[in-house]
Amino acid sequence: MTEILPPLLPLLVGIPLLMGALGAALRRSKRARHIISLGTLTAMFVFSLLLVIATHDGTVLAHKVGFWDFTPQVAIPFVVDALNSLVLMIITILGITSVMFAMATHEARSRFYHPFVLILMAGVAGALMTGDIFNLFVFIEVMLLPSYGLLAMMGAKLGAHGARIYVSVNLLASTLLLFGVGLVYGTAGTVNLAELHGAGVDDPAVAVGGAVVLTAIGIKAAVVPVHGWLTRTYPMTSPAVTALFSGIHTKVSIYAIYRIYSVMFDGDERFLWIALVVTSLTMLIGVLGAIGEKTTRSILVFHMISQIGYILIGVGLFTGLGLTAGIFYLLHHMIVKASLFMSTGAIEETYGTGEINKLGGMLKREPLIAITFMIAALSLAGLPPFSGFVAKFSIIQATLEQSHYWVAAVAVIVSVFTLLSMLKIWVGVFMGKPPADLEENALAYQERMHGKRYLRVQAQAESPTLTIGPPTAAMSAVLSRQRAVRVPAKLIIPGAILAAITVFFGFGAELLMMLSETAAENLLNPEEYVEAVMNA
Amino acid sequence: MSIAIAVGLLTAAAVYLFMQRGMVRIVLGFIMASHAANLLLFAAGNTAFRGVPYIGTSDYGDGGDPLPQAFVLTAIVIAFSITMFMITLAITTTHDDDTENDEESPAKVLGAADAD
Repeated sequence: MTEILPPLLPLLVGIPLLMGALGAALRRSKRARHIISLGTLTAMFVFSLLLVIATHDGTVLAHKVGFWDFTPQVAIPFVVDALNSLVLMIITILGITSVMFAMATHEARSRFYHPFVLILMAGVAGALMTGDIFNLFVFIEVMLLPSYGLLAMMGAKLGAHGARIYVSVNLLASTLLLFGVGLVYGTAGTVNLAELHGAGVDDPAVAVGGAVVLTAIGIKAAVVPVHGWLTRTYPMTSPAVTALFSGIHTKVSIYAIYRIYSVMFDGDERFLWIALVVTSLTMLIGVLGAIGEKTTRSILVFHMISQIGYILIGVGLFTGLGLTAGIFYLLHHMIVKASLFMSTGAIEETYGTGEINKLGGMLKREPLIAITFMIAALSLAGLPPFSGFVAKFSIIQATLEQSHYWVAAVAVIVSVFTLLSMLKIWVGVFMGKPPADLEENALAYQERMHGKRYLRVQAQAESPTLTIGPPTAAMSAVLSRQRAVRVPAKLIIPGAILAAITVFFGFGAELLMMLSETAAENLLNPEEYVEAVMNA
Repeated sequence: MSIAIAVGLLTAAAVYLFMQRGMVRIVLGFIMASHAANLLLFAAGNTAFRGVPYIGTSDYGDGGDPLPQAFVLTAIVIAFSITMFMITLAITTTHDDDTENDEESPAKVLGAADAD
């Protein structure tokens, strides 16, 4: 199997691009677009599952795109090892569930929703597999451009500020990345990651170039000195888009930080303290921001920042256990965060608001959502039966092993605050009595959303609005007040699937831990990665 | 050295324009910034070699490094597309391209969306 797979790797980028174009070309058929999108994402999932199986023993698969067979390395290499195949697998799961969620909210009816998601996925696959820094920049742009479209299209009712900030900051980070690539090429003479192996240790000039690259990627990952853009943009679009983005952009950046520090800097111990300071601040400031927020989604977005801090501890320690824990945390967190965005997003899509003050009593009204939310929230805070416990426990163990007691202390204290703000959502949204005007507001919202046919963004109007979908039979019953407003099952299912996965990885943590350990081995000893690229 | 000066001036202009009020000025800043990045990429290919890197037009020793030129070509296209999108954002969804406006906080905007 290891011989057949490498030449097929470019298909992971090519097929979604092609299918995205096909989806955009099909003008009228919504159903065809749904099928194309779900089919392609499922195929990507199956392929990445195959890659996980092929690389679970530490094998590194590499392919030179275009079969350029010269030395030195001329072609763009696509490299897959345990780490990026795992990340890709989880991201395709998130893609499938968030597309299901968007289909339930009728956003996926829009002509360009599915094409954008597929092109985004092609960019993700490319950014994860590529072994070349300039190509990484290109694929990050391939990933970002459809995201701009999604964010602006679905967030039009909330004004242009979110999209403006998002595009500006990301373009700035991309330009900085380009500066870094230029500096690396100027000093080291190559942008091939495998050829740059250890270059950051030997030559300070290359290290500075590499640091510019890492800073740019750090902006994209929203670590603390540069986190403000994320909290102002992710809540400014629809819940489905936030759920999709939550597991993709920042996480691909985190992957890139892990990979570049492992190969280019060879895990150099001299600079690790910077990462530890930054991650501790990220954990702390992220969670403090979360406590201060008032809507479910902005709380969760601040939490994302805090959790990014946890994940990057792994690279700050750069030990076997630290990397294993960091990778496990990354995979666990992508699932849990998307699940949380989907369960609270389902309430937001049905009742028309995510403000904690305007909601209440959902435990009785929507018990399934309550269970889904509770599982994911407890997992996020790191309580025993769920995957978050394993992730946090091993992270803290790894910090103690290296005697970084203050980092461990921050990680433990931040968990308490995490639980506190999850309880804030729980108490505000699920407990207590529903406010008197809850039903009225929900009906007004549903009427606005489902009164007109099809999704239409009236961007030029005085106050921009977004209207979605023809009313279904059940929706008509709600609108004519024959039935009470309820979250439909199809909105609950995507989040519940992800919550089930976190339970599975809690009880069956051994499996994911083993795979993370292999991935960490590959990062600790990048020689195999380098060799695979050179001999591909 | 002349490229270093040009990159420095362009970057300074870009940073200045980023801080200005109005989306169009910020877009102009980004145009400057991508110019600076492109010049830096050219410089990375060692500007001592000024020949055209096209087979048959110059000797192997004289031609410029073609790889940074390909990088720049790619980066120009990407920056161009994002600039187009940003200009579109500057003229749609609000009345003007003003960027200093107190309705930016997500909580406020999400709250306002409920109210109407």
